[in-house]
Amino acid sequence: MDIPATALAIRRGDRLALARGLTQVENDTPAGRELLSLLFAEGGQAHLIGVTGAPGTGKSSLVNALAAFYRRTRQVKVGVVAVDPTSPFTGGALLGDRVRMRDLATDPGVFVRSMAARGALGGLAHTTAAVVQLMDAAGYEVILIETVGAGQSEVDIVRLAHTTLVIEAPGLGDDIQAIKAGILEIADILVVNKADQPGVENTERALMSMLEMEHHGFEGDPTHWIPPVLRSIASRNEGIEALAEAIQRHQIFLKNSGEWQRREAARLKGELHVLVQELLVQAWQEALPENAYQQTLEALLSRQTSPHQAAQDLLRYTHR
Amino acid sequence: MAERKIRVIIAKPGLDGHDRGAKVVAQALRDAGMEVIYTGLRQTPEMIAQAALQEDVDAVGMSILSGAHLALVPRVIDLLRANGQKDVAVFVGGIIPEADVPELHKMGVFAVYGPGTNTQTVVAEVQKAAAARLAE
Ligand SMILES: Nc1nc2c(ncn2[C@@H]2O[C@H](COP(=O)(O)OP(=O)(O)OP(=O)(O)O)[C@@H](O)[C@H]2O)c(=O)[nH]1
Ligand SMILES: [Mg+2]
Repeated sequence: MDIPATALAIRRGDRLALARGLTQVENDTPAGRELLSLLFAEGGQAHLIGVTGAPGTGKSSLVNALAAFYRRTRQVKVGVVAVDPTSPFTGGALLGDRVRMRDLATDPGVFVRSMAARGALGGLAHTTAAVVQLMDAAGYEVILIETVGAGQSEVDIVRLAHTTLVIEAPGLGDDIQAIKAGILEIADILVVNKADQPGVENTERALMSMLEMEHHGFEGDPTHWIPPVLRSIASRNEGIEALAEAIQRHQIFLKNSGEWQRREAARLKGELHVLVQELLVQAWQEALPENAYQQTLEALLSRQTSPHQAAQDLLRYTHR
Repeated sequence: MAERKIRVIIAKPGLDGHDRGAKVVAQALRDAGMEVIYTGLRQTPEMIAQAALQEDVDAVGMSILSGAHLALVPRVIDLLRANGQKDVAVFVGGIIPEADVPELHKMGVFAVYGPGTNTQTVVAEVQKAAAARLAE
């Protein structure tokens, strides 16, 4: 792959170049890293919207409806990254989110990429953030990121997205206890999808009363965001305009409150931190004389040295 | 650096509404460790080619029961080529008359699978075709 040429082509809007670049980035290859470096200055423009929630609540259907709405009403390019689980036994994955994204299938202003989680547990793959970065650099102004519908700890999406939508559906258990702990911490907007089905009011009421407890005393404070609770019927395109409005209000809130910059800074700092660690370990491994590790390990196993002492011994080799 | 997974699209072009066969093949490929993008029923050739492009797949499999294979398959292959994806391996499954098989091969289809095909055969051949692409 001619990396500078690919970077230029991506900036020009060449979809094949982007698709191939995304593969490199997804696989965390040297070419992928170089591509991201070359395009880094172009990024940081897109509004990153996370879409999370239990399996089958309608995440993909909502992504489809929202993206189609943005395409109809604004002149923006929309990127979609949809993550599905990898089978822990075979390493394979069935990526089925496109089934619900028919309206986007042939729109030249939309780019949909499916990703397998590849063993990562936080609802995204390890390289999802990098994939999103490349789409951002390619000029996609809104990027919707659908997480694995695992219903576990979706903290990864909060770290990546500016605005996180948590999708609920009626009938999953309508009392407060049944609504997963932790969703209030991650939701910027709560959506009760499948509002055509019985039990919407109950789900809505439960969410509202949880929110009231959580945000009591902050009503009317312009520096404090209280997540709205919205209804939608994604399969019939209902409630989508109000959702888009809420997303826009949240974006304005982030920008006005300085939170946008803070999140950006926290994300880049986190990325730098991880990279420094990786590079240090790599440099250390390269500087390590053959057998040094094995010898230290043996000393440790025979209890001639403690783990702490062993680590100190091995770290000496970084001083070249 | 992660290993490069084989990525395959399983698509269901045309108007017939049966996707059992397509799903069985998709699952077999997944169980063999591939990442399989499933796009659902009634896909137009344009939709299939766009999905193949955006997903940067190594192979495209189409399940066709409607008898429209001689119209649909060349259209998809033309679009793949027009998009710069000449090297993507294309295979077809479904109800395909014996007499049409050579014609499909001539169009660039690497394999045609009838209803009774062992999924392990499909897995092995897709692996081989994708490996040839990845080696380039
Ligand atoms: N009745 C009703 N069905 C809906 C609605 N939105 C989505 N569905 C259906 O719910 C099912 C699941 O929708 P998806 O969009 O695939 O849900 P998802 O959350 O992306 O699912 P996973 O990715 O598998 O976790 C599909 O059959 C949709 O057609 C809705 O508003 N009302
Ligand atoms: Mg989905």
